[in-house]
Amino acid sequence: MNSFLEASARQRIEHILDPGSFRELLRPELRMTSPHLAQLYLPVAFDDGVITGEGLLGGSKVLIASQEGRFMGGAVGEVHGAKLVGLSKRAVRQNCTALLLLLDTGGVRLHEANAGLIAVSEVMRAILAVRAAGIPVITLIGGSNGCFGGMGIVAKCTNFIVMSEEARLGMSGPEVIETANGVEEFDSRDRALVWRTTGGKHRYIMNDADGIVPDSTDAFRHAAIGAINAYRSEKMAAELTLEALGDEHALLQARIDKYGGMADSTSIWTAVGIDDASTLPLCDIDRFLERVNTVRISIRNRSLHMLTFN
Amino acid sequence: MQRLVFKHLDGKYSSVQKPVIAGVVASGNLEILIEPSPHSGACTFEVNTSVTGFDATWKAVVADFHQAWLFTDTKVSINDMGATPAVVRLRLDQAAELVATSKSSKLGG
Repeated sequence: MNSFLEASARQRIEHILDPGSFRELLRPELRMTSPHLAQLYLPVAFDDGVITGEGLLGGSKVLIASQEGRFMGGAVGEVHGAKLVGLSKRAVRQNCTALLLLLDTGGVRLHEANAGLIAVSEVMRAILAVRAAGIPVITLIGGSNGCFGGMGIVAKCTNFIVMSEEARLGMSGPEVIETANGVEEFDSRDRALVWRTTGGKHRYIMNDADGIVPDSTDAFRHAAIGAINAYRSEKMAAELTLEALGDEHALLQARIDKYGGMADSTSIWTAVGIDDASTLPLCDIDRFLERVNTVRISIRNRSLHMLTFN
Repeated sequence: MQRLVFKHLDGKYSSVQKPVIAGVVASGNLEILIEPSPHSGACTFEVNTSVTGFDATWKAVVADFHQAWLFTDTKVSINDMGATPAVVRLRLDQAAELVATSKSSKLGG
């Protein structure tokens, strides 16, 4: 078993796609590096922290981007963002089967100021254009940075999110919340609290993630193939429809109404109908799914596991 | 930031057929890109490092690596974020081994 968490961005691509099928676009030797970092006496990376390209997934043609979380926290700068936008436009032109995003990022690269912020907004627009063209966008989150800030919004703009238990998804990171609202509101050094609140298990229960897998590149690969199959078999629109948005808003409103007053996710899990909720973080993924799949919050029972693994 | 260039003219092997990359630009780490540089008759090293003042150390590590592999018609480009000499040499060897196996995957680190 290969850990997705421990793998580099390039290794993740190799393990997710069919062996030997990956072809990189804007390869490192083209030196598409950040024009901003030198002014700050910071080293550049030849790929600006994101590897983009095309390949096969279960025999189907897909485009793929993989963020290198160890370069500047996977943060999105001008070039990094432009690569994601260009890849999305290529997905539309080629009418590929799916666009895969392997996200491992704290969000915008603040060193690049407005260039980075604009880049993130352009990525959002580009992702929605891919969906409008009828191509599903699948997000895999399994890196140590999780997926935060503007890229958290980008992830939620996609059709499917698959996470591992180790992954996290959110807007403001723990330190940001603590700085803004005080340690009583959120203690960023309480790792158990951080993962209970933003980690894969809670996101799956709350319907913020569509699938949860063990930390293995194989499991992520099969979940991505499962997402494509689910999309085909369910005849779900890749495009964001008014009806789907309405469903989503209704679900969010219901979530706030029911659980908005609760201080900790374990109270929510209990309220959702999970017995002995405090033991949930200790379960492996198979056992976790047995315990939560019948009660997790969902829109019309939509779950990748129910669609593809049962 | 400091840019260092070293040129070695005594290489023997033009074995680099396509670019390979090893490592990641992260704290205490570096990335190394080895590319063919046809008919240059040299192995040229270009180092961009965030830590200044280690010229002699870089020179020694690069020379040591070159003597081990003796590439010619080759360009080696390095983006460094404060890697120690041992890590630099490890990554250089990883990149050179990728040349030898003519893969183009990036190793971890």
